[in-house]
Amino acid sequence: MGSFAYTAPKKLEQALAVLNKHAAEGNRIQVLAGGTDLLVQLKSIDSEPRTILDIKKIAETSQLTFDGDHVFIGSTISCAVLYENAELKEMFPGLTESIDLIGSTQIQGKATLGGNLCNASPAGDTISALFVNGATCVIANESGLREMPVDEFVVGVGRNALQPGELLLGLKLPKPAANTSDAYLRFIPRTEMDIAVAGAAVSVSLDDNGVCVAARVAIGAVATTALNVPAAVEALVGSALDASALQKAAEASSAASSPISDKRGTEEFRRKIVGVLTKRAATTAYARAKGEG
Amino acid sequence: MSKIHVVTRVNDEKVEFLCEPQETLLDVLRNKLNLTGTKEGCATGDCGACSVTLDGRLVCSCLTLAAETKGKSVGTIEGVADGDTLHPVQQKLLEHAALQCGVCTPGYVIAIKALLEKNPDPSESEIRYWLAGNLCRCTGYDKIITAVQDLAGQSDKFKEVV
Ligand SMILES: Cc1cc2nc3c(=O)[nH]c(=O)nc-3n(C[C@H](O)[C@H](O)[C@H](O)COP(=O)(O)OP(=O)(O)OC[C@H]3O[C@@H](n4cnc5c(N)ncnc54)[C@H](O)[C@@H]3O)c2cc1C
Ligand code: FES
Ligand code: FES
Repeated sequence: MGSFAYTAPKKLEQALAVLNKHAAEGNRIQVLAGGTDLLVQLKSIDSEPRTILDIKKIAETSQLTFDGDHVFIGSTISCAVLYENAELKEMFPGLTESIDLIGSTQIQGKATLGGNLCNASPAGDTISALFVNGATCVIANESGLREMPVDEFVVGVGRNALQPGELLLGLKLPKPAANTSDAYLRFIPRTEMDIAVAGAAVSVSLDDNGVCVAARVAIGAVATTALNVPAAVEALVGSALDASALQKAAEASSAASSPISDKRGTEEFRRKIVGVLTKRAATTAYARAKGEG
Repeated sequence: MSKIHVVTRVNDEKVEFLCEPQETLLDVLRNKLNLTGTKEGCATGDCGACSVTLDGRLVCSCLTLAAETKGKSVGTIEGVADGDTLHPVQQKLLEHAALQCGVCTPGYVIAIKALLEKNPDPSESEIRYWLAGNLCRCTGYDKIITAVQDLAGQSDKFKEVV
């Protein structure tokens, strides 16, 4: 049994050195962002001593930049701060919705986008919204930075692709093309403060006649990780999101899901509802892409 | 055991303490700084009884490490009234009989004050969403919401005291 320690370096190199030292010595270390998952887990399922590496003081993790054709969102910016950013909301209304859905006002004050992704809960609200926006994870390790598409980053329930000695610095999102927008919807039994029973994110790009020329569809809480649904994309592309295209997309999402039954919903209900959410999110994204949302 | 030395500000006063690495701000406030106005309901972020502000942001002190507050500014219920003069939020909760056992009340006061400082004229649904992370087992919520509605739109009066 080791003991607890806490460290909050200001420099990325220091943080990486600490991570590496612990990895090399086989001592447990865990990155702390907002702590809204970490502290709950520490108090319930996993109270083993470890070194807690608070990365919030590292400047790069709190950067939000809109330079060139990408947006960079630092991994430790709180959801409250992200939600209040008008430029981000304008570009990615769906992703911003998913950020706003996390927890209460109090949770929003600390919870981060990076934490939601790294925690890799099947029901993590921002994950499918990051999928449909083609986000890239910017990962730091002692040899520099490496990038990885977000859909390769989540590898299982509570598991991500970070190797020992690595941390998530932030997320890079391509700025949306013209006539492109997104939407995210989840179903919960209450109106606030609950975990998704199912979720769906959709992004669509339209031509000048309102025909869908590109799309992305991802679903959450209905498999071990968020999932891309290529068959739903196929149903939407080439259509003006008429009833039959939407119905096909809904069926594709239902078919792609492999949900569990628990107190929040049965397998059958989740399978159905993820289709309905896909349809509705697609309709909202379409209206937004047309400038009507 | 390596204790951590923390210098921070609590209710605009400089405060120093030693804490364990994994100790929460809630436990330090209550057990080390004798600021027992902040309550523990669930300790897992669900009830809001432990609400404080951290550099002006509403957060759960049960999900914040005490060590994280180094160099920051913490606001608790003890800093809300001005001596014997209650803050308008406290006064309105009293007038509307919006508390019974009172365990949730410090958290509500901090959360309502944070809401009105950001949005002095919230609608009923804005109030209900903002306060969704504060649970009350006694009042049935309506009196609390009515008290906040009674304060909404009185930004002049409110700002004077804030
Ligand atoms: C009351 C309550 C309600 C909630 N409601 C929701 C909800 O509606 N939807 C939802 O999706 N989630 C919800 N959550 C879960 C949680 O708030 C979110 O997942 C949040 O985004 C986690 O972010 P954090 O910064 O607090 O993560 P932390 O707790 O700091 O970290 C989470 C995990 O990721 C790791 N990690 C964090 N950042 C990095 C990084 N940059 N690099 C490497 N590893 C990292 C940590 O080591 C830890 O294992 C809720 C939690 C609570 C307590
Ligand atoms: S004690 Fe912190 S939210 Fe309940
Ligand atoms: S007054 Fe008792 S819990 Fe709210």
